Amino acid sequence: MQNQQDVLFQNKVDKEIRIEPKDWMPEKYRQTLIRQISQHAHSEIIGMLPEGNWITRAPSLRRKAILLAKVQDEAGHGLYLYSAAETLGISRDEMYHQLHTGKAKYSSIFNYPTLSWADMGVIGWLVDGAAIMNQVPLCRSSYGPYARAMVRVCKEESFHQRQGFDILYTLGKGSEAQRKMAQDAINRWWWPSIMMFGPKDDESPNSIQSMKWKIKRFSNDELRQKFIDVCAEQVKVLGFTLPDKDLKWNETRKHYDFGEINWDEFWQVIQGNGPCNKERLEARKKAWTDGEWVRDAATAYAAKNKAA
Amino acid sequence: MSTHSNSKIEWPLWEIFVRSKQGLDHKHVGSLHAADAAMAIENARDVYTRRMEGISIWAVESKNIHASNPDEAGSLYDPANDKAYRHPTFYDLPNEVEYM
Ligand SMILES: [Fe+2]
Ligand SMILES: [Fe+2]
Repeated sequence: MQNQQDVLFQNKVDKEIRIEPKDWMPEKYRQTLIRQISQHAHSEIIGMLPEGNWITRAPSLRRKAILLAKVQDEAGHGLYLYSAAETLGISRDEMYHQLHTGKAKYSSIFNYPTLSWADMGVIGWLVDGAAIMNQVPLCRSSYGPYARAMVRVCKEESFHQRQGFDILYTLGKGSEAQRKMAQDAINRWWWPSIMMFGPKDDESPNSIQSMKWKIKRFSNDELRQKFIDVCAEQVKVLGFTLPDKDLKWNETRKHYDFGEINWDEFWQVIQGNGPCNKERLEARKKAWTDGEWVRDAATAYAAKNKAA
Repeated sequence: MSTHSNSKIEWPLWEIFVRSKQGLDHKHVGSLHAADAAMAIENARDVYTRRMEGISIWAVESKNIHASNPDEAGSLYDPANDKAYRHPTFYDLPNEVEYM
């Protein structure tokens, strides 16, 4: 019986029929989605911290307004995704609990510090750029609520990437000090950005099942290559370089070759030993604890009004 | 799903419907948590209409939504399939007839 349901389910997925919350689904499909969507939501929420760091120090009112709007969008992305995950039967509080206790992961990129204003440019261009590369195929993910949330997210992301590119383009036309600052930011963020696509395909065992269920549409390495190809060209327009001496166009592959990724660093950061892991989680927990009286007051106020 | 000892009662979940412009239906856009209806609408404005996606918002507490069961979709919707005569294309009109 279980088996027959599995077959019916796979048939639906193969026919590109979206799975909706009340439909039967394999438990493993549900759990995989809960993990992936909540992890994604946590990344959007934690992702506000490195950029939030520069809102008060943006160089102009225009840049400040843009950065504020961008960070607010990320909060929105977190909320769309949390509510998509909730349709699978996990509560919001449970997801927060998993984040705050370190049980749930978020994208390791947000455990790096934002040292200069140029980092705002690089995050928009590379980090949001990599996120878009990952997320566009998720708009066709087999789970309806996730796919719909991703459509909304993707619509908003392209502004994020462009505002980042615009910051770097402006710095590129600036003083020697500004150009140096931008190049330094690119040098620090490049490798962590291409790690955002996750481990190599042969070290990513869950990927095969996720592709079969059409939760994922492309492999980590495919997306990484696509991203590198695009950035290798865009960096020329900016007038900067990427910090990889092995980066070279390969005429036979019709792709850029690139250097060895430091996977040891990747796993270290995931395991909690990145430069800012502790700081990020502390900031998140503090926001949750400091907001407790507000949540309590609103609950009490609503109860009082209901009784009246 | 599992709850943990130090958790309090969550703010209830609300389903949000947005009318994108005058003359169109409200359409489901997602859900959010809020203590009451007024807060649900305020939050919905910030979460779902940051780029003029709407001019009117409905918030319905999720527990008040009753849904049909997907397992019964067959028996519920199938009978409509064999009633082709409900569609205008079922009828062959003589060529002389215009505008019908
Ligand atoms: Fe985002
Ligand atoms: Fe973004």
